[in-house]
Amino acid sequence: METINYQNFRIEAENICVDYNGKVALYDANLRLKPGQICGLVGMNGAGKTTFFNALTGFVNISKGKIRINGESVRSAQKDQTIAYVPQNEGIDSQFPISVWDVVMMGRYGSMNIFRCPRESDVQAVKDAIERVDLTDHLSTPIGNLSGGQRKRTFLARAIAQRASILLLDEPFSGVDIRTEKLISELFIQFKNEGKTILLSTHDMIHVREFCDLVLLINKTVVAYGETSEVFTPENITTTFGGISPDFLFGPES
Amino acid sequence: MELCSFLTLDSFITDPLTHDFMRKALLMSSIVAAVCGFLSSYLTLKGWALMGDAVSHSVMPGVVVAYALGLPFSLGAFIFGVGSVALIGFIKQKSRVKEDTVIGLVFTGFFALGIVLVSKIKSNIDLHSILFGSPLGISLSDVKQTILISLLVVILLSVFRKDLMLYCFDPRHAKTVGINVFFLHYLLLTCLSLAAVVGLQSVGIILVVAMLITPGATAYLLTDKFDNMTVISVLSAIISSLIGIYVSFWFDLETGGSIVLAQTFIFLFAFLFAPRYGIFKLKKLFAGYK
Repeated sequence: METINYQNFRIEAENICVDYNGKVALYDANLRLKPGQICGLVGMNGAGKTTFFNALTGFVNISKGKIRINGESVRSAQKDQTIAYVPQNEGIDSQFPISVWDVVMMGRYGSMNIFRCPRESDVQAVKDAIERVDLTDHLSTPIGNLSGGQRKRTFLARAIAQRASILLLDEPFSGVDIRTEKLISELFIQFKNEGKTILLSTHDMIHVREFCDLVLLINKTVVAYGETSEVFTPENITTTFGGISPDFLFGPES
Repeated sequence: MELCSFLTLDSFITDPLTHDFMRKALLMSSIVAAVCGFLSSYLTLKGWALMGDAVSHSVMPGVVVAYALGLPFSLGAFIFGVGSVALIGFIKQKSRVKEDTVIGLVFTGFFALGIVLVSKIKSNIDLHSILFGSPLGISLSDVKQTILISLLVVILLSVFRKDLMLYCFDPRHAKTVGINVFFLHYLLLTCLSLAAVVGLQSVGIILVVAMLITPGATAYLLTDKFDNMTVISVLSAIISSLIGIYVSFWFDLETGGSIVLAQTFIFLFAFLFAPRYGIFKLKKLFAGYK
């Protein structure tokens, strides 16, 4: 087991910019996260949340700035399976002919040989991961036959099987049932205790208050970043959402 | 009389086998069908039907130029196939024109260039056989080339089977865990160009896209498992080829068209009666009788 130095940064993003063919999607964004921290990524649609994730995983190239993952480049983080990405349900083809087992096994691909033949240890990792998300009864179920919550758990299991130290979750709570929500929140506590670092995007303000130590409010660039209790204020949220009052977003109670 | 020989299934099948050209056609078309069927699973899942159409049409000038220069036609086809995709990507990036428009624009341009070249370059290229296929007139050198290319494609697809499946399913995850997505993208394109080349021999350039998408679509309706999908896709492609060639032999029909029609009928059958995804859901019908 690796020893975790809780003082080192897991994610360091400095002044990163991303543009798609000249269209700026994100500029001068900064983020620093340590092991065991859970950070919420909050912003409107098109504010650059997915772009931020894509930059951290290396799915898009940054045009400026610097990203360090565990002190190393994104490229070596990919090689080391450091980051796991859990897509939002809308982001995957649910009709793809593939079973729960096969999806979770994909979490092990990066560390397998070129033919992707599962070793004993891979099989065990997949079994354990599926057990942790409580899908053991659905090993060979095609993902098309799962509920939204079960599908979300399948992709969480893939991240667990990958044994990544950083988890990026895109809208983990959208379209899931109460049971899944409870299971995810339990997993978050376990992940935190294991020293994993979690960055999650969400539309739901209540989940930010409930789970996130830190919050990053973005609208093409960072609007505010810091401890949730300090930064997650109605004023900052209003700025993030382009002047829409938090009453409208939260409901009257806040 | 020919009609009488139909009466026994046995002679329906064995009579054509007495002809050398028929044996060769059946063998070649089965190989081509297997290759295209294998690739078909990936193309349908990746949503590359239109790309398949584009590449298969764009290889035309490559084939003509290669013939004219005495090079293997697979080389010319490969260059123009991959080139067309690169050009599509370039125009899409540098202009405001939408992708499907760019695809349609580029492949028809390449195709037209091919037709013009055929009319200009004086050679013994038979336009009809390129456009509509000529499985009954395959030469020995074509046989060798087809087998070689088919083997290459099957080996590539088999080795990178799981990576390609992951690439089709979730390229973002593939990239995140350090799998070379760029390589897989071009691997799939390469296989597509090569399959288009072997496919155009049996059904011709216009219909080869059917070989590349119909078997996969049929299989997609019949199973929820990726490996089964590949197997069903390959089998349905081979069966269609055999049916098409036999039917064209006995009824004196265009062979390429018959093969593709057979595929279409198999698809329609799956569309209507597939156990889970068919309109009439056979499984339910049977369950009703129990």
